[in-house]
Amino acid sequence: MGQETVAETIKAITRKHLEENNSLLLGQCISAVGWVNGTVPDCQGIIELPMTDIAGAGIAVGAAMMGIRPIFVVRFQDFMTLNGSPFINYAAKSKELHGRSTPVFIRALASEGIGPVHSGVLHSMFMHFPGFLVCSPMTPKEYKNVWQVFMEKDDPVFVSEHRLSFQSTEELLDVMHEHADITLYAISASRFQLAEVANELGKEGITCNIVHIVWLKPFDILDRYLEPLTRSKRGLIIDASFEICGAARSIAYELEQASGYPVKALGLQDNTKCLCPPFQNKFPDAKKICESVRKILST
Amino acid sequence: MRNQNYNVPSGISSQFSVNLSLEIFKKMCLVRYFELGLIDAIKEKQVNYQAYLSTGQEAIAAALATEIRDYLVFTQHRAHDVYLTFGGNPKMLRDEFLGLPTGTSQGKAGSNCLQFHQNGLVMFGHHGFIGENVPQAVGAALATKKKTVCFFGDGAAEEDYVFSAMGFAATHKLPVYFVCIDNDLSILTPTKVRRSWKITDIAKAFGMPAIDIADDPWTILHQTQELNNNLPALINCYVCRAHWHVGVGVDDPPEWDRYQLVKNELISLGHEHSISDIEKQVRQSMETLWDKKLLLKPLKQ
Ligand SMILES: Cc1ncc(C[n+]2csc(CCOP(=O)(O)OP(=O)(O)O)c2C)c(N)n1
Ligand SMILES: [Mg+2]
Repeated sequence: MGQETVAETIKAITRKHLEENNSLLLGQCISAVGWVNGTVPDCQGIIELPMTDIAGAGIAVGAAMMGIRPIFVVRFQDFMTLNGSPFINYAAKSKELHGRSTPVFIRALASEGIGPVHSGVLHSMFMHFPGFLVCSPMTPKEYKNVWQVFMEKDDPVFVSEHRLSFQSTEELLDVMHEHADITLYAISASRFQLAEVANELGKEGITCNIVHIVWLKPFDILDRYLEPLTRSKRGLIIDASFEICGAARSIAYELEQASGYPVKALGLQDNTKCLCPPFQNKFPDAKKICESVRKILST
Repeated sequence: MRNQNYNVPSGISSQFSVNLSLEIFKKMCLVRYFELGLIDAIKEKQVNYQAYLSTGQEAIAAALATEIRDYLVFTQHRAHDVYLTFGGNPKMLRDEFLGLPTGTSQGKAGSNCLQFHQNGLVMFGHHGFIGENVPQAVGAALATKKKTVCFFGDGAAEEDYVFSAMGFAATHKLPVYFVCIDNDLSILTPTKVRRSWKITDIAKAFGMPAIDIADDPWTILHQTQELNNNLPALINCYVCRAHWHVGVGVDDPPEWDRYQLVKNELISLGHEHSISDIEKQVRQSMETLWDKKLLLKPLKQ
């Protein structure tokens, strides 16, 4: 395991980009209260946006149109319902319409358990629109890879971050078994639950393959995804965003079509993420995932 | 208060050289005759896509193109005037309407999402959200520190993100020239029904110079030369749209036709022959561009 946390990785990448490439990072309230959980460096190119959500995102898009590859930070993904329109309507369409790309790195932070407008995970919404690359890196190495892809390509990238990953130094690796009962694929913060899930279910004699998903769009059907499924013959996709029209269902469909084996989806219920338990509608934790697996295997 | 002479100093046209005045007129001609050809092609169903016509408002872009051609340019849906006067290729706009690969965006975007990046012109259009080009222009100026002009309508001026972007430009002293094309209409709803305030007052409150003027090209030029080195700044230009919001239809005759007023002014200055030569020349080249026989050829491809 490396020594650098995800937060430190983001900060280092950002500093290098702003200092060496003279780029800009734009966001609201970013240079105070811990500099966005220690992910924003104190260096040149930091633009504190006023409380102008749509205009702020539009300004970032304008900067991206000039080719400087800006970073846009939204401290809570829920705000993307406001910030989203300039990215969706302009940045994501420009390459297809005019052959002129608008690369912008959208850092959308998620949290858990802090109520109805600060706990959202909205990457599914951005998968829906043509023109975005969508990903959810949870480890330092994954983050570096995501950044490299952004710099090599010319598309707007929606990066669904999660605060639960920020202090982690761990790389999350796939776990494969010759004879597994099910293959579990996880996205976002639920990925940190899989070791516990495998452990718990192992005690009951259930063996799980574990597969980590970083790139949501484009979703390439990799051997790494298909191969364990063809052996376990059942799959479950687990995600921290809403299940209806969400990433988990979309990817479950893709893998089911590609493999011919049943693949189920587990995301958030169709309820607001309220403040207090039991109404929080939290991301699938080990307990929920285990219940879901037992149900699948009992049918 | 809104009228054809609003804030137009008397005798202003004689402060500018004959050549410059004729150049402005030629640019106005180009827009008018391009659109006459387009209107015809739409009526004959050779063009089957929506057109947002600039006829009636040509003078503003025509004047500005002679002064700030090197700015980054951001426009909204009604942008034929800016495109043609700032040096966009007429044929490529025609081909965009015909849905051809030789169009400005290979026929994929249409005239309301017009862009052009050739001949030293950097022109970005919007993608259909009214006023979205305003924050983009501000972001472009932030990233490059280059002088930037942003055209938008009196309707767009009401978008929340337009205000906020203007405020940001004021805070960061960005070199953006905000040009509001005020035809007193958002689709068909007059301004007085929609709001009680003026965009110039908003701009002034942000601390930038701002002025309401009629679309007299010499006045626009004069004001622009004053504001050029004092950006960000805003001009709100009273104009009359000749056609429907979208499409080739017409309602009542417009309050004034600046094209005719500019022509009258040039005639009174003794340039009758020059302007009739210019008109003839532009009309012929646009008739060739929209020639029915020629149109059939690209359409068949
Ligand atoms: C965000 C958004 N809201 C509404 C519309 C519908 N719409 C298209 S043009 C227009 C009027 C714009 O008026 P103005 O900015 O004054 O430009 P004009 O058409 O008068 O040139 C409206 C409301 C839109 N395209 N985008
Ligand atoms: Mg209007």
